[in-house]
Amino acid sequence: MIALIDYKAGNLTSVRKALAALGAEVIVPGVPGELADAAGVIVPGVGHFGATRALDTPWIDGILARVGEGRPLLGICLGMQWLFEGSEEAPELPGLGLLAGRCYKLQADGVKVPHVGWNSLAIGRADASLLDCVADGSQVYFTHSYVAPVTGDAAAVTEHGGRFAAVVQRGYVGGVQFHPEKSGDVGLRILRNFLELAG
Amino acid sequence: MLSKRIIACLDVRDGQVVKGVNFEELRSAGDPAALARRYNVEGIDELVILDITATLEARRALADTIARVARELFIPLAVGGGIRTEADAAAAVDAGADKVSLNTAALADPSLITRIAERYGSQAVIVAIDAKRETAAGDRFAVYARSGQTSAGRDAVEWAREAELRGAGEILLTSIDRDGTKAGFDCALTAAVSDAVSIPVIASGGAGGLEDFVEVFTAGRADAALAASIFHYAETSVRALKEHLRANHIPVRLA
Repeated sequence: MIALIDYKAGNLTSVRKALAALGAEVIVPGVPGELADAAGVIVPGVGHFGATRALDTPWIDGILARVGEGRPLLGICLGMQWLFEGSEEAPELPGLGLLAGRCYKLQADGVKVPHVGWNSLAIGRADASLLDCVADGSQVYFTHSYVAPVTGDAAAVTEHGGRFAAVVQRGYVGGVQFHPEKSGDVGLRILRNFLELAG
Repeated sequence: MLSKRIIACLDVRDGQVVKGVNFEELRSAGDPAALARRYNVEGIDELVILDITATLEARRALADTIARVARELFIPLAVGGGIRTEADAAAAVDAGADKVSLNTAALADPSLITRIAERYGSQAVIVAIDAKRETAAGDRFAVYARSGQTSAGRDAVEWAREAELRGAGEILLTSIDRDGTKAGFDCALTAAVSDAVSIPVIASGGAGGLEDFVEVFTAGRADAALAASIFHYAETSVRALKEHLRANHIPVRLA
């Protein structure tokens, strides 16, 4: 059973639908205690980093407890940015801090911001299980203005005005800046890889 | 590099795709889900369902249509036509739409853009602008409401800027002069709006052949291009179009 966290940052319908198409059983926990039986946790989300304020200490404790048990965690879009230490979009608000670095706004250097549309993945690490069977150069669907830095945790990088982390993975903690639920077969493959990690 | 998007539009009435469509390749003629499936296989980047239904009963059928298309389609899906209130937007999103497209209602009450953007995020709000040349030279463009029937008394560039400020995530820009003519997109209109805003501009109206798309992505500076009938009639397959664009050094996604 996969727990999909609803913290009112966008609509979960598409993510639920994609997971259902892959045969996953999904719950949307109403309280952090309902995370206890989750085989994996997904933090989706679009919009302002300030929305992650709703992920307060009880939720953080519940999520970290699952990670501590070796249950995989996947952040999608804003949910991935939340895995880092914070974001200049809401500087006063700390992120989960499982990954080092802070998120920042894309520079509109001859490109449009927000970054909306299909862009390619430059896969930099062969060991990232989230990217099993995903070809270098595969295209996925993005819609965002803020990005996470390219660190040792970056498994794939995308370029738009500058290079940013498109896929991150550190053990059981992973994230994707794009929307796998809207990225056709490539996106479904990445979600399937996450489900396989969850067992 | 960010790809230029090719978007197919399905005009739907009473749950069926209309616009004089020739469906000889499809077993279930006129079924939006069947057409969406075909486009998806061909590599379309996004779909727009445009509801051209008038009655309340038929609008309920729209939610069913959205749900059926969304069930098996894992690419962005936008819904437009008759979205007048936050409740209309919520019904479309709940049925599976990723984006809603606002037109006449946003002109009448621009705060609708902000309210929907605050609820679902700007990425979920498209403002559709139907524009017509005011001068033959194409340096001024007037906005029209009610499916192009009524002048809105606004300048297209100025309205696009306001829509962005109010929270729109994309502009769907249709040339009334070119719509249905197959004479090519209005690249002057598209470039004027694209240069004025930082959000993506989807060009619409006038697609006739492969070269029209090359022009709208170069001279028109469009971020995406939308077409309906040239794909429905299978005059042009999505794949052939994208291969032509790539041969012309325009970045596209070849699925």
